Amino acid sequence: MASSWRIKKELLAHKLVSLASTLPAWLIVIMFFGLLLKARPLLLSQSLGHLLFSSQWSPFKGEFGFWPFIMGTIWVTMIALVVAAPLSLLVAIFLSEYAKPKIREMARPMIDLLAGLPSVIYGVWGILIIVPLVGRFLAHLCGVSSSGYSVLAGGLVLAVMILPTITHVILEVFRVIPQAVREASLSLGATRWETVKLVVLREGAPGILAAFVLGVSRALGETMAVLMVVGNVVRVPRSFFDGGYPLPALIANNYGEMMSVPLYDSALMLAAAILFILVIIFNFLARLVLWRIERRRT
Amino acid sequence: MNLARFRPHISLKNLNVYYGNLRVLKDITLDIPDRQITVILGPSGCGKTTLLKTLNRLLDFVEGVRIEGQVLVDGEDIYAPGIEVTRIRKKMGLLSQRPQVLPMSIYDNVAYGPRIHGLKDKKKLDELVERYLRIAGLWDEVKDRLREPAGRLSLGQQQRLCLARGLAVEPEIILGDEPTSALDPQSSQNVERCLVSLKSQYTVLLVTHILRQARRIADYIVFLYLGEIVEHGPAEQVLNNPLDPRTKAYLSGEIS
Repeated sequence: MASSWRIKKELLAHKLVSLASTLPAWLIVIMFFGLLLKARPLLLSQSLGHLLFSSQWSPFKGEFGFWPFIMGTIWVTMIALVVAAPLSLLVAIFLSEYAKPKIREMARPMIDLLAGLPSVIYGVWGILIIVPLVGRFLAHLCGVSSSGYSVLAGGLVLAVMILPTITHVILEVFRVIPQAVREASLSLGATRWETVKLVVLREGAPGILAAFVLGVSRALGETMAVLMVVGNVVRVPRSFFDGGYPLPALIANNYGEMMSVPLYDSALMLAAAILFILVIIFNFLARLVLWRIERRRT
Repeated sequence: MNLARFRPHISLKNLNVYYGNLRVLKDITLDIPDRQITVILGPSGCGKTTLLKTLNRLLDFVEGVRIEGQVLVDGEDIYAPGIEVTRIRKKMGLLSQRPQVLPMSIYDNVAYGPRIHGLKDKKKLDELVERYLRIAGLWDEVKDRLREPAGRLSLGQQQRLCLARGLAVEPEIILGDEPTSALDPQSSQNVERCLVSLKSQYTVLLVTHILRQARRIADYIVFLYLGEIVEHGPAEQVLNNPLDPRTKAYLSGEIS
């Protein structure tokens, strides 16, 4: 009797956890179709190709070209990644392989704190420091004039925001690499740098990649801080110093504002769906790379 | 073995090692004979591994460690200021408890050391890889799969790969930290046989707690207990006629 009750509990628990594990997948599907449903009126009135690749954005005339926003998002995210990826890798290498434990233990909580700061703080800081730096200094240096509100400012603020997240994950990756593997390399007369380059980075490659993916995913969706410094002009950016208008900023700035304009709410929902797809495409590409690395090593 | 004629390769003089306030090695003074198999015997936690890591300065990476006294290799104090640590480490190949293959192919594992030390010539590297894989008794098993990741080998093969990798930097000394403890009996035997065949050219220093292994391969025995050298001497003498009661107790299995 008792044992059959135990088995029933086991079955119940099994069912429950397997049901719970499918929940995230269902949420993704439901959210995506919710967005598409809302965007349907716009999708029915114009072709998807035109919506995606047209640069004409005049809601009052019924023109909804998303290209400037897509490009704005890509510019800002790529700048952030290019700046933050090498920096966070170097910080993690220093803290994990070179720093004394005391320094490492002091740095860790600070990095975590940075990762947890509200993004509006980064935005304000961006307006106070980064925007003038870009507008008055970097633009001058390159011989162009810019207000400073630009994709570069957005990218730099984002870089600072995702740096601690990426660093944190890479540090965890390095921590699980056994000390004995490093010792094997060192005992052959390798220097620490050679050991980092040839063993630690190689062993940690999939994890490091995953850290970058996490950073980019966060960057793609980051709204507040970017919106405050990026200029929000509807135009495909042609240089670092041009203003841009990433998708999240478009949604956040306009949702609930101009809803009387026909199809405008559909357009914002489509913007969200496009962002969704960008994140998914990016994650898929990263999985592909990860899979190739894994296959090469085992 | 004739004691009077033995030439020391490594000499420890009043070596003390502290982890914080804990003294793990106490006043070790010892000469390790050239081109012999010296086995350091002792129960777990007696400082065997620490002693080994002192020799190739891997102890440098342990936080809060303090080393007093001298370690002479070929008469050179390896803790003297200004000494090039990578050169010291290159003199010694290390076999750890569990084989630690590097995350790369079988070939690249063996070529790792020579490449770091500047060898680029493809043909010479090929020769080197083959020679040391043969010495480690692994060549026939892996010659058709040199480009495969080393992680695919069995543990026993991995340990022999580590041996080949260590030999490829042309060391003078082989340090083994219980190198057979993770292996099955057959693989252990392979590794042991390898070590015995190597002693004509290398000084072998082996840490173990397997008494039978010591009986099989040791020329010289050091018995370490609670961080102190209790007794050392030629293998037959220490194993058959131990002088110290603690050695006797250990050999008869009373302390372990």
